[in-house]
Amino acid sequence: MRPFVYERATSPEDAVRAARGKVTANLPPVQAPGQFIAGGTNMTDYMKLDVMRPEILVDVNGIDRNRYGRIEEFDGGIRFGHLVRMAEAEEHPAVKAKYPVIAQSLQLAASQQIRNMATLGGNVLQRTRCDYFREATWACNKREPGSGCSAMDGINRRHALLGTSDQCIASYPGDFAQALIALDALVETQGPKGNRKIRFADLHVEPGNTPNVETVLEPGELITFITVPSGAWTRRSMYLKIRDRQSYEFAVTSTAVALDLDGDTVRDVRIALGGVATRPWRSREAEDALKGKPLTPETASAAADAAFAGAKPRKYNAFKIPLGKETVIRALLETKNMEA
Amino acid sequence: MAVNNGEPGSAERQSGFTRRGFISAGATTATLPLIAGRALAGTPAQRAEAPDGDGKMNVTLRVNGQDQRLGLDSRTSLLDALRDHIGVTGTKKGCDHGQCGACTVLMDGKRVLSCMTLAVMAQGQDITTIEGLARPDGELHPMQQAFIDNDAFQCGYCTPGQILSAIGCVNEGHAGSDAEIREYMSGNLCRCAAYPNIVAAVQQAKTEMKEA
Ligand SMILES: Cc1cc2nc3c(=O)[nH]c(=O)nc-3n(C[C@H](O)[C@H](O)[C@H](O)COP(=O)(O)OP(=O)(O)OC[C@H]3O[C@@H](n4cnc5c(N)ncnc54)[C@H](O)[C@@H]3O)c2cc1C
Ligand code: SF4
Ligand code: FES
Ligand code: FES
Repeated sequence: MRPFVYERATSPEDAVRAARGKVTANLPPVQAPGQFIAGGTNMTDYMKLDVMRPEILVDVNGIDRNRYGRIEEFDGGIRFGHLVRMAEAEEHPAVKAKYPVIAQSLQLAASQQIRNMATLGGNVLQRTRCDYFREATWACNKREPGSGCSAMDGINRRHALLGTSDQCIASYPGDFAQALIALDALVETQGPKGNRKIRFADLHVEPGNTPNVETVLEPGELITFITVPSGAWTRRSMYLKIRDRQSYEFAVTSTAVALDLDGDTVRDVRIALGGVATRPWRSREAEDALKGKPLTPETASAAADAAFAGAKPRKYNAFKIPLGKETVIRALLETKNMEA
Repeated sequence: MAVNNGEPGSAERQSGFTRRGFISAGATTATLPLIAGRALAGTPAQRAEAPDGDGKMNVTLRVNGQDQRLGLDSRTSLLDALRDHIGVTGTKKGCDHGQCGACTVLMDGKRVLSCMTLAVMAQGQDITTIEGLARPDGELHPMQQAFIDNDAFQCGYCTPGQILSAIGCVNEGHAGSDAEIREYMSGNLCRCAAYPNIVAAVQQAKTEMKEA
């Protein structure tokens, strides 16, 4: 690990100011000299691997927890402070009862120790688990732009099939983000240019020609809150995660579903896919295939086909197309059978 | 700052010669030329030391009820601070990347991974390691006793982490059924696969912890 200066921020303004120190060139946030650390479960990992190289490490845990570490229900939704821990959100009675897809996406992630530490702000910005990205001796366009992509013709079993480019096929590893994109969440930030709101769906970007650019955030821009609107579909929702082992493992494939039914007919549906795309992935194609139709094994299967119509498999990850489709179908039919 | 904090081995340490001390002194001598070589070849950034002049930060950690004042490089993990700077070596390093649970400790009563925690960030919190569980009279914590009664280990390397994690698991209310225990203990790997016995130990201790 490289040496860094440690700073503990006591307010969002303080954190932004500290993280903007030494900013000279217009670098993407992940390469900027100032970096935030919250739960540290992703940041310390990547600092030890020499993937993250902050010169200034800004600890955000001194920021007021009474304001930024709370979950608040309001008329029309629920709001999470960025310092809320994964374990706190998954155990919250209102989250469990009214937003089961959120509670499940958190509970099925990592381990209890990690969920006790990890914050929601840090969670959505966790970086890919691509092994070539993690091991700094391999060529990797995301870590060293222009160096090449070792995964393209390497062991790419865990890699993405959707939203890929010829520069990078790394999959976005998180689960919670799939629930957030399915439920049209909003992210509030505080940055060098003030406060703004970003649709969660616009926060992450596809790799394209610049895989080192992962979000629309600016260096030193702090996520302060995440808001999720409630709707007829939020209660009847679930997260289905398929893994290589039963627990403490990232998704091979996963599906977040939120469903509003009128009898058997789909009035509204939201579908997001984990483990298969380069960013949190909402499948409008799958949703459109279902809206206004009865939800049956046949229509669910057609939706699953639509979800993977644009998939571009590589040598070792083509199995995720049939597996991903089965995941979508099972998630849809199980959600239909929920009491709501 | 207390040197003798009641953990086994601290008296030995005071005598100035321990097996562990001997091994690390030997290792230091053997690797010294290598380190010097690397430092010479390194870039200034790699050689530069953090914050104040001597590169150390003053860090106070409250471990098993006692304040430990340390001078640490900002890069030091809580795990390394415990083992290498305070000398409480019950907490184990398995992977150092959050993937095994061997380094589990309690922070303000909650189980966390000490390998993923920077020591500077652990200040102001109550840290409990395996050394802090038994009562001063030597009576073991019900979870420690249950691990012995149920033969819940073979080599013992994962055991301190398992025990701290199991205490967290019971206190959180996640020790209802065997299935629930398995799920909520999945963050602790056991290379010897003592899993069935670990589940039995948690079941036994759960009742005793409630009664206590
Ligand atoms: C062994 C292991 C298994 C795991 N399994 C899973 C899994 O199955 N599913 C899953 O979803 N996740 C999994 N994770 C990932 C884990 O969920 C994340 O590491 C965690 O959520 C990150 O949160 P944190 O608070 O620790 O973030 P940190 O490590 O503190 O930060 C992560 C990133 O976010 C930035 N950041 C933090 N807070 C903010 C903020 N408020 N505003 C702007 N930037 C910020 C940091 O600068 C850093 O770049 C696993 C991790 C490990 C180590
Ligand atoms: S897939 Fe992306 S992260 Fe992985 S080696 Fe290629 S460029 Fe790097
Ligand atoms: S040593 Fe910390 S999880 Fe393995
Ligand atoms: S007892 Fe040997 S690793 Fe668990």
